[in-house]
Amino acid sequence: MSIAQDRMTLEQIAEEYARLSEPVTRRIIICAGTGCVANGSLKVHAALRDAVEQAGLPVTIELKTEAPPEGSVHISRSGCQGFCQQGPLLTILPEGILYTHVHAPDVQEIVERTLMHGEVIDRLLFNDPATGCHCHGIDDIPFYQRQQRTVLKECGVICPEDLAEYVSHGGYFAARRAYCDMSPEQICATILESGLRGRGGGGFPTGRKWELTRIQTEPKKYIVCNGDEGDPGAFMDRSVMEGNPHGLLEGMMIAARAIGADAGLIYVRAEYPLAVKRLKRAVADAEAMGLLGDDIFDTGLTLRIEVMEGAGAFVCGEETALLASVEGKRGMPMPKPPFPAQKGLDGKPTVINNVETLASVPVIMRHGAAAYKAVGTEKSPGTKTFALTGHVANTGLIEVPFGTTLGEIVMNIGGGVIDAKGNPDPAGFKAVQIGGPSGGCLTQAHLDLPLDFDSLREVGAMVGSGGLVVMNKKTCMVKVARFFMQFTQNESCGKCVLCREGTKQMLALLDDIIEGNGTRETLVLLETVARVVAKGSLCGLGKTAPSPVLSTLRYFRDEYLAHVDHKHCPTGNCKALARPVIIEEKCKGCTVCGRKCPVGAIEGERKQPHHINPEVCINCGACLETCKFGAIVYN
Amino acid sequence: MNTAPAAPEAITATAAPSAPAEAGAERTRKFEKCVEVLNRYHRNPAKLIPILQEIQESYRYLPEEVLVFVATSVGLPPARVFGVATFYAHFTLKPKGKYVIRLCDGTACHVRASQPILDALRGRLSLTATEQTTPDMLFTVETVSCLGACGLAPVVVINEDVHGQMTPETAVALVDEICTKEQGA
Amino acid sequence: MEQKTDQKPTVLVDGREVTIDGERNLLELCRKANIDIPTFCYHSNLSVYGACRLCLVDVKGRGVVTSCTTIPEAGMEFKTTTGEIREMRKIAVELLLANHDMDCPTCPKSTTCKLQDLARKLGVREVRFRKTNRVEPIDRSSPSIERNPNRCVLCGDCVRMCDEVQSIGAIDFAYRGSECSVVPAFGKDLNTVECVHCGQCVAVCPTGALTPRSEIDAVWADIDNPKKVVVAQVAPAVRVAFGEQFGLAPGAAATGRMVAALRRMGFDQVYDTSFAADLTVIEEGHELLGRMASGEKLPIFTSCCPAWVKFSEQYFPELLPNLSSCKSPQEMFGSLARYILPKQLGVAPEDLVIVSIMPCTAKKFEAKRPEFQHDNIPGVDHVLTTQELITMTDAAGLNFPSLEPESFDMPLGFKTGAGVIFGSSGGVTEAVLRFAAEKVTGKPLTQVEFHEVRGNEGIREATVALGEASVRVAIVHGLANARALAERVRDGHAHYDVVEVMACPGGCVGGAGQPVSNDPGARAQRAKGLYEADRTTDLHKSQDNPMIREMYETWLGEPGGPLAHELLHTHYASRKRITDSDFTVLPSAEKRPVCVSVCVGTNCYLKGSQEILSKVLNHVETNHLHGAVEVKGTFCFENCGQAPNVAVNNQLIESATFEKVMEAVNEASCPAKSPA
Ligand SMILES: Cc1cc2nc3c(=O)[nH]c(=O)nc-3n(C[C@H](O)[C@H](O)[C@H](O)COP(=O)(O)O)c2cc1C
Ligand code: SF4
Ligand code: SF4
Ligand code: SF4
Ligand code: SF4
Ligand code: SF4
Ligand code: SF4
Ligand code: SF4
Ligand code: SF4
Ligand code: FES
Ligand code: FES
Ligand code: FES
Ligand code: FES
Repeated sequence: MSIAQDRMTLEQIAEEYARLSEPVTRRIIICAGTGCVANGSLKVHAALRDAVEQAGLPVTIELKTEAPPEGSVHISRSGCQGFCQQGPLLTILPEGILYTHVHAPDVQEIVERTLMHGEVIDRLLFNDPATGCHCHGIDDIPFYQRQQRTVLKECGVICPEDLAEYVSHGGYFAARRAYCDMSPEQICATILESGLRGRGGGGFPTGRKWELTRIQTEPKKYIVCNGDEGDPGAFMDRSVMEGNPHGLLEGMMIAARAIGADAGLIYVRAEYPLAVKRLKRAVADAEAMGLLGDDIFDTGLTLRIEVMEGAGAFVCGEETALLASVEGKRGMPMPKPPFPAQKGLDGKPTVINNVETLASVPVIMRHGAAAYKAVGTEKSPGTKTFALTGHVANTGLIEVPFGTTLGEIVMNIGGGVIDAKGNPDPAGFKAVQIGGPSGGCLTQAHLDLPLDFDSLREVGAMVGSGGLVVMNKKTCMVKVARFFMQFTQNESCGKCVLCREGTKQMLALLDDIIEGNGTRETLVLLETVARVVAKGSLCGLGKTAPSPVLSTLRYFRDEYLAHVDHKHCPTGNCKALARPVIIEEKCKGCTVCGRKCPVGAIEGERKQPHHINPEVCINCGACLETCKFGAIVYN
Repeated sequence: MNTAPAAPEAITATAAPSAPAEAGAERTRKFEKCVEVLNRYHRNPAKLIPILQEIQESYRYLPEEVLVFVATSVGLPPARVFGVATFYAHFTLKPKGKYVIRLCDGTACHVRASQPILDALRGRLSLTATEQTTPDMLFTVETVSCLGACGLAPVVVINEDVHGQMTPETAVALVDEICTKEQGA
Repeated sequence: MEQKTDQKPTVLVDGREVTIDGERNLLELCRKANIDIPTFCYHSNLSVYGACRLCLVDVKGRGVVTSCTTIPEAGMEFKTTTGEIREMRKIAVELLLANHDMDCPTCPKSTTCKLQDLARKLGVREVRFRKTNRVEPIDRSSPSIERNPNRCVLCGDCVRMCDEVQSIGAIDFAYRGSECSVVPAFGKDLNTVECVHCGQCVAVCPTGALTPRSEIDAVWADIDNPKKVVVAQVAPAVRVAFGEQFGLAPGAAATGRMVAALRRMGFDQVYDTSFAADLTVIEEGHELLGRMASGEKLPIFTSCCPAWVKFSEQYFPELLPNLSSCKSPQEMFGSLARYILPKQLGVAPEDLVIVSIMPCTAKKFEAKRPEFQHDNIPGVDHVLTTQELITMTDAAGLNFPSLEPESFDMPLGFKTGAGVIFGSSGGVTEAVLRFAAEKVTGKPLTQVEFHEVRGNEGIREATVALGEASVRVAIVHGLANARALAERVRDGHAHYDVVEVMACPGGCVGGAGQPVSNDPGARAQRAKGLYEADRTTDLHKSQDNPMIREMYETWLGEPGGPLAHELLHTHYASRKRITDSDFTVLPSAEKRPVCVSVCVGTNCYLKGSQEILSKVLNHVETNHLHGAVEVKGTFCFENCGQAPNVAVNNQLIESATFEKVMEAVNEASCPAKSPA
């Protein structure tokens, strides 16, 4: 292969790519993100190749060595396009047709009708449930229309395994400027000016973090990319690592230049094998091209990047725990100070940034700090990706400017709330859990809240990693709190007393409530422990673990009270609290149940609907089996 | 010549119960792989995690003696290596089944009803939260919090293959399919 | 007007000004200001851990933080007690107790336990949380230490002590979150891993999770048995700590009253280990001079600390020849007492019971070493720690302060100051120097104090002139320091004549059997007490001890002579760190296969053991020897100097080659046809 053999300038790489793609008249992009692969997109890829060849069209898979014949169809693979639920996705360029739910048997038809005759297959288009219209392409689909894909721009468009394609989209030019035309101070200043804040959860200004590390006199420094993304229900970082690994590498290069690091490391969650594979490939390609390694851009500067897999511990997302893990130890956080900027990996100054933070860097460098700052809110500039999941019509990965309202996201991009069976349930909205197990919940009252770092913190939630889980009215908020508590309790490293024992006891207290053993004192104790754990824990995990409890207590106190005062779960989710009730319409008034009840809890006239007096009922369950008409059910 | 200070009793006492030549060759291969991994990482204690990951790949779990071997090789106290191996969820000190079924119980999957799937899988294979591997060493069922395919919730991963939008029925069907395949094999 | 130029920076603690004198954190600052802040996980000689969350203070502008992790800055203002802090501490203690086996009345740590103390101080009257403690088995495998995981609060002090100060890492955290525990590797028994029984983990454990093994019951039983004659020997460091429990300051010698207490309890004779220390000085002094004359096996490493001895057997087999062959004073006493007391006291040998009172947990292990048994009788029957003796004093209902001081019994109770200072780091060296100086110069030594070897630094070096000659000495305490020094000696980077090693920080005054002290200066005070005792004793040189002279004349003959050798010296052998850890590479189902164990430890690996292993496996494969030969990997025969090591059945082949191994295998498989 000519490209990798000798060091070419970026211009030469782009030119070469342009030359190679010149004869291509059509591009078909098949999503090869984890979601679509799971749905069979690789089979689609293979079938399509065969079908196109059979149709007598020249096919090319990789634009690498020689220019393909004139009129070629280029079948390429992309990373996740965010609309996984509709996958496998297939895009045809230049028409811009997006087919959804494409499976291998559909391929023949696509070749014949669309490729040969330019017809659009309605059946494979996305059908907007709101309007009933078939959406032709990405621009017609509400899910995409209201997004502003910046960091994710290349994800889903370019082939993540093709460095040249990234370069031809303008990639690595910003890195070259950073190495050749800018001083580290200037880079730090630019990032500071852009107002970029860390996407790993804390929202710490990235420029400031870099500057603090830059000024350390120690000659050896590290740049570490935090790709641990342990938040259940979040997969933004995964999409970036899988969909645009070179974008991440470019961000790391710029960061390394800014702080003076000559070594970098990407710590990837072990559940992301595809991300690991693509990143390793990207690093190898960049090294082969001389973009990484020694004497980058003839500056004499060095940067080597390693990819390391985590081993299954959420707490390793925490900076000091991550470093411990990299050093081969148990991932137990250490008290700060010293901060990683002072003493990080091997005791050397280290910057740790989130994937999305780093992937934003080339964007800023390309378009300038001012342009970046123009998007979003004043204190939270730029865009943010969210993983939209739960009871919404369109789940997937989205990117919106900071300041977008919750309602816009849930109702418009997400296509509204759905019920358990997946049918639209326009009035079903109950809450959104944002920021995962460290975050809090937002309610109906917050639908107009413009989301940014500070507004969310004010209402007791946080951006966190950006998981957005929508919940409908059938969801019990006590159980939601319990679910997150179970998670943090499982993931607590066990180092500090408050978090280790506190999460366990909070879980036990929530269990008491759910099982009907809770009292008002349980609530008081729960709240007290929650506050103490939040205030006194060693690391972020413990400090934020009580958030789901505190925020549900704040916004759904009535639901807790119903559990403890009336031993009643308003959503009927808590099995132990379920009580039999008689459905009036079904009751024939046969009186059988009344006679069966050992405590005389069932009242009613013959031939009239009966009802159960909850004060008297001891929940023995005897009546349930007696009713021949199925009128008695658990509430 | 001295007498070996290692209690020779221990040596004969640990002789494997019944091991055909086949298993011997297999063990040799794994051991050599283990040494190869250690060498590739220059027996660097900071590389303990990738070392254990690669060794676990060949043994499919981390046998105690192998951990002691690793500890001595990288110059760490065995207690430290044991501590690391038990800290991370991915390391296992017990052998796992041939098919490791991991059901996601992350937020997205949980709200889309992953629990009934877990119940169904465990029911089908007579497993529990503590008893995670079938006696025939064919299946292990565990939960993970988020596989990063939340858009397809609920998700089940069998070895490396991701299966999205599962229901209890489709999940059990996957297991049945494997069983049929295994019986045929 | 006064100049205010070089004023020290200050902080405001609870409204009072406190100067910063290089304190590393707010906690130390508070302690200096005499404010008691509760801690479980802070020790000034261990790394900052920040796990117990008890040492909270409220810093203006920052809120509640842990004081052990916060660096003092000029002008800082903070409060050490507020309603919020008290609530947080109380919740923390309640949370701990909910997961704790609250069996205080039967816990050896009761009354000195920090958890118990804190619960009392915070007024915890009930535990509002669900009890979640599981009952784990208690590990009583070690002769020195009892490990009761049910009382552990996971502060990690023991882990850091064992790792950072002792460089052993015998115990560590395992599992995660609420499953977390502190255990030896694989949850094995402490006795089967590399623990050297120094007990320093015990010394820092704030609760009853790690405590010295008690032998009190066995001692009472022997005392109560009318047939037995029970004699005690008391180590030097005991006397300067024993009184602490009875209100005396650390270092205040309570020797006379302690002897009285022992007699009242029913000990028939009370002797002084310092006597045996004097004997050690003579024997070791001769050994040193002999080696210096011949220039062999230098430096001589002291061997009176059993923790260090086990440590060197495990990690420095190549230095074992350098260890002094002298038994420790405890064991010298034991051998000598067994030899002379039956005749002197007119007691049947089997009825003589020898009890040591030691500051040390490792001495319990030492007393059980097979090397120190003769005809199945150990040199010392029971070892009590200072703490145990205190407990027995209490149990006997003795009002310690009112006891009239008494003297040790003779002859084994007569000592010089040299034998007393053994209890402090540097003491052995100084005592030996006092002996060697006179021997070398042939002139009486007038200035007996060698201040250059005293002090507190972990590694001290000095060159001491003895007339024309000079002796290069090094003194280390703490095994991490010992490791660093021993590595330098082994690798030829450091050259000494004498190296004194004590496992415990400060030497035996800081032993794990000493009373629990909240006073961080206690160790230094106790050491001071020993040097004070030396000063007030009439004799300062072991060679001046008349009883020792008489001992040689009447019983032992020449120092280093045959009988002295038999009674007072021993030998060492390398030992594996972890027993039971071989792993089968190629198993065999046969009853008696030829067993080839190839060392795959680092040293042997570097010398090519891996290649031998591969060749053996290959050979078995190609010659279809499956079953007849079993192949194992084993970790370090602790004979790394002769690497690579391979054992065929029981035979260790040093500097092994594939050919040598196969020769042995062939020989072993057809023993009948052994080469003519
Ligand atoms: C328990 C815990 C888990 C975390 N997990 C992650 C994670 O998965 N990914 C991440 O980027 N940051 C995570 N963080 C935040 C990081 O510690 C760190 O602040 C972040 O990586 C800094 O990058 P940024 O400045 O770019 O945001 C976590 C923090 C805590 C306390
Ligand atoms: S807060 Fe939790 S996760 Fe963090 S150090 Fe403490 S125990 Fe570990
Ligand atoms: S559950 Fe039992 S007590 Fe309640 S109404 Fe039915 S029969 Fe009566
Ligand atoms: S048994 Fe059924 S139908 Fe009859 S009275 Fe009771 S609820 Fe009504
Ligand atoms: S460790 Fe302390 S609190 Fe626990 S039983 Fe012993 S004395 Fe009581
Ligand atoms: S302190 Fe209380 S609990 Fe303990 S023994 Fe005395 S009365 Fe009983
Ligand atoms: S006794 Fe010494 S060696 Fe043994 S565990 Fe404790 S500190 Fe470590
Ligand atoms: S054994 Fe003692 S020192 Fe060690 S962690 Fe437990 S309580 Fe702390
Ligand atoms: S230094 Fe003294 S107290 Fe400590 S282990 Fe050695 S002999 Fe025992
Ligand atoms: S994986 Fe294809 S759209 Fe997400
Ligand atoms: S929550 Fe199941 S894949 Fe993310
Ligand atoms: S002493 Fe400060 S946290 Fe334990
Ligand atoms: S490595 Fe120590 S004897 Fe082999």
